[in-house]
Amino acid sequence: MNAYYSVLKLRLLTGMQYRAAALAGVATQFFWGFMYLLIFQAFYQQALHNPPISLNELVSYIWLQQAFLAFIMLWFRDNELFNLITTGNIAYELCRPCGIYGFWYAKLLAQRLSSAFLRCFPILIVAFLLPEPYRMKWPPTFTSFLLFLAALMLGLLLLVAISMFIYISVFVTMSPVGSLLMFGVIGEFFAGLVIPIPLMPSWLQKVTNLLPFRYTADFPFRVYSGHIPQNEALTGLFIQLIWLIVLVWLGRMALNKALRRVVIQGG
Amino acid sequence: MITVEGLSKSFKVARRSTGLRQAMKALFYREHTLVEALKDISFTIGQGEIVGYIGPNGAGKSTTIKVMSGILVPDRGSCTIMGYTPWKDRVSYVKHIGVVFGQRSQLWWDVPVIDSFELLRDIYNVPDHEYKKTLDLLIETLDLQHLIHSPVRQLSLGQRMRCEIAASLLHNPKLLFLDEPTIGLDAVSKIAVRQFIKTINKEKGVTIILTTHDMLDIEALADRVILIGKGSLLYDGKLEALRKRFATHKTITADYRENRNQFHIPGSSFLSWSPERAVLSVDTEQVMISEVINQLSLHVDLIDVSIESPPIEEMIVQLYKEYQL
Amino acid sequence: MNLRLYFKYLLILFKSQMQYRASFWLLTIGQFFIPFSMFAGLYFLFERFGQIKGWDFFEVALCFAVIHMAFAISECFARGFDAFSSLVAGGDFDRLLVRPRSTIVQVLGSKFEFTRFGRMLQSVIVLVWALRHLSIDWSVMKAITLILMIVSGVFIFTGIFMLAATMCFWTIQGLEVANIFTDGGREMAQYPLSIYPKWVTRFFTFVIPFGSVNYLPLLYILGKSGGNAFLYMLAPIAGIAFIMPCFLIWQIGVRHYRSTGS
Repeated sequence: MNAYYSVLKLRLLTGMQYRAAALAGVATQFFWGFMYLLIFQAFYQQALHNPPISLNELVSYIWLQQAFLAFIMLWFRDNELFNLITTGNIAYELCRPCGIYGFWYAKLLAQRLSSAFLRCFPILIVAFLLPEPYRMKWPPTFTSFLLFLAALMLGLLLLVAISMFIYISVFVTMSPVGSLLMFGVIGEFFAGLVIPIPLMPSWLQKVTNLLPFRYTADFPFRVYSGHIPQNEALTGLFIQLIWLIVLVWLGRMALNKALRRVVIQGG
Repeated sequence: MITVEGLSKSFKVARRSTGLRQAMKALFYREHTLVEALKDISFTIGQGEIVGYIGPNGAGKSTTIKVMSGILVPDRGSCTIMGYTPWKDRVSYVKHIGVVFGQRSQLWWDVPVIDSFELLRDIYNVPDHEYKKTLDLLIETLDLQHLIHSPVRQLSLGQRMRCEIAASLLHNPKLLFLDEPTIGLDAVSKIAVRQFIKTINKEKGVTIILTTHDMLDIEALADRVILIGKGSLLYDGKLEALRKRFATHKTITADYRENRNQFHIPGSSFLSWSPERAVLSVDTEQVMISEVINQLSLHVDLIDVSIESPPIEEMIVQLYKEYQL
Repeated sequence: MNLRLYFKYLLILFKSQMQYRASFWLLTIGQFFIPFSMFAGLYFLFERFGQIKGWDFFEVALCFAVIHMAFAISECFARGFDAFSSLVAGGDFDRLLVRPRSTIVQVLGSKFEFTRFGRMLQSVIVLVWALRHLSIDWSVMKAITLILMIVSGVFIFTGIFMLAATMCFWTIQGLEVANIFTDGGREMAQYPLSIYPKWVTRFFTFVIPFGSVNYLPLLYILGKSGGNAFLYMLAPIAGIAFIMPCFLIWQIGVRHYRSTGS
C-alpha cells in the first residue's frame, strides 16, 4: 500500500510544479463549459416540449463535467506506459515487487487525482459566482450531496478500470493513438460528454444503460442535481460497484494474458 | 574572418522548488535567478583555421555557437563574420555557413538520404551544376555512394554522421560549425569523421569551429583551442602550450603474465598494482613514455598496454583553481 | 519560390508517411469517425428540439461541414504550426534559424498530417447531404461564396495555429489555453454565430472573424440576407485578412526567442 501512496504523492507534487499548465487548463475548461451552456441555452429557448432535464440541472451537469474532466475523460495519456509497452521495455516493469495491474492502476489514478485536485476548485468557485442562468446550484439536499460524492469516487475508480483496457489493448494494436481514438470516441459519447444522456433519443438511452461508461460521468452528475432520485441513486451505486469488480477482474486477466505473451515472445 | 568582441549574454531562470508547501507557493510567486552564460568574450579567428572550442557542460559553449550562427541575439558585444553581423542579417548570413548539431539530425528520417540532399539544395537555392559538382566531391571524399539511397533510419550512427556533415556542406559554406560531431560514434567512425574534417579544411579552405568533449578530436584536428568556463574565456592559444602547462601526467595501464616481483621505474609511480596488472602515473617532464614502456618490458611479459591523457575535465579543474572560479 | 519549396516539403513528408501505410490508413479511418460522434450529437439534439433559434438541422449541418472541412484542411497543411511545441521543446527550431529561408515556410513544411483526409471526407459527405436537402437558388456567385467560406476558414484556423505556436516561445506549459481558440473555435463555429449572445457574436466577428465564415455568407447562400448581397459574399475576405496580424505576432515571437533562447 505504501508504494501506491508514494506514487500518488509524487504525482501530486509534479502536477503542482506546472502552475501555468494548471491555470491554462482551468481557463480552457471554463471556456468549454460556457460554450456548451450557450448552445444548450439557445436550444432550450424555443423548445416546444418540456425537455427531460431542466436548464438548471443541465447547468450543474455541465460545470461538474468541466470541473472533474480529469475524472471522466478517456483521452488522458500516460506516454510513459505507452512507451513501455510499444518498445518492449515492459520487461523491467515485471521486476517490480508489486503486481503490475495494481501499480499502473495507482499511477493512472494518481494522475487523475492530482490533475483534478488542481483544477476543480477554481472552476467550481467561479461557477458558483456566475450570474444567472449560468450559475451552478447547490444540491437539493445534503443526502444527495453525499450520494454524489460516493458516486463520483466510484465513478473515478470505474473510469480508471476502463482506461486500463486502453493500455492493455496497445499490447495488441501497438498503436497508442489508434487505441486512444477508439476508446475515446466511443467511451465519451456513451458517457454523455458529447450530448447529455437525458437529451438522447430513448432507444440510445437504453443502449447507454447497458454500458459502463455513463456510470463514470452522467450518473454522478445527475445525482448531484437530484435529477436522479435518491433511491434510484442507491441502486446506481450498487451497479457501479458491480461494474468496478467485473472490470478490474477482467482487466487483471487480460493484462496477465498479454504479459504472458510478452514473456514468451521474449519482449 | 571572425571578430568577436565583448560578447555577453544572460538568461533568466526560474527557480524550481521541492516540497508541497514550496510548490503551493510557486503557484503564485516564482523566483528568478539571472545566469550569466557569456561574460565579455572576445577572440578573432582567421580564414582556414580549425579552432577547438571547449569547456565543461554549461560553460557557454553552445550559447556562443548559437550567437555566432545567428540563432541568438546577445545582450552586449559585437561579432563580425565575413562582414555580417549574424543576428542582424540572418537570412543572407546563414547562406555562407554550415552547422552540424551532433545530437540532432537535419536529415528526414524515413526517406533516402539523397531526397534530403535535394530538399536542402532547394532550401539553399544551389544552382544545379554547382550542386552536382559538390555532391560528387562529397560522395567521393566521404565514401557515401552506398549510403545515399537508403533511408536514414537504416543507417548506423557513424554513417549518419557522415551524411549529416555532407548535408551541411552542400551549399559550399565558408564557415562550418561542428557541435559535438563525434558524440556517440565508435572509434572507426570517429577517425573517418576527423579525417574528413581535415580534408575539407585543407582542400576547400573551410574555416571550422568545433566543440567537443573528446580530447582526441581536438588533438587530431585543432592547433588552437579556446577554453571557456562559467561564461568566461579561460584560455586561447595553442593546444600544446595548454598541455605543457597542465597535462604533464599520463596514465599507463599494463597487463602482463603473472609476475609477483614489484618493480620501480624512475619518473613514475604506481596508482595500483596486482600480479597481472599495474597502473602507473608518469610525469612526462621527467621521463618519456617510450622509455617507461621500454622499462616495463624488461621487468614483465607485457600482454597489453594502454596510455591515457588526463581527461579535459581535469585540465579545466586545474584552470579553475588558477583563475579561482 | 517559397511556394515551390513548400511543395517540396509536402512531397518529402508524403514519401515518409507512405513508409507506414498500415498506420496511415488506420488513423485516416479514425479521423473519419471523430467528427462523426459530434455530428451524431448534433443530429440527436435536433431530433429532440427541432430547431435552434430559427435555424433548422440542414442549415446547421451546412455550417458544420464548412467549418470542419476548413479545420481538417488547416490541420493537414498547417500542422507544422499546430505541432510547433514539439519543435521548440526538442530544440529543432534552432535548425530552422540557420537556414536562409523564412521561418514561416520552414515551420509549415516541418509537418503535414495527411490522415486528416479522413476528416475532410466526412465533412464532404455532410456537406453534400446538407446541400441536397436545402432548397437553394444556386448561382455562380453563391458557389463562389461557398468556396470562399471554406478558404476563409482555412486561413482563420491557420492564423490561430500560428498564434498558438507563437505562445510556445514564452511557455509550453500554458499551451492548453490555445485549445480555446482551435478546438473551441471549431466547436463554437459549427453553429451559426447568431445563436450566441451579442458579446460572443461580436468577439467572434471582430476579433477572430469566424462570423465572416459561418454567418454572413451563410445568410446569403440560404437567401436570408437583405440588402447588398455583394457585401455578404465578400465577408469571407475578412477572414483571409486575419492571417496578417498573425504573421506580425509570429515575427515578434521569433524575435523574443532569439533574445532569450528559451
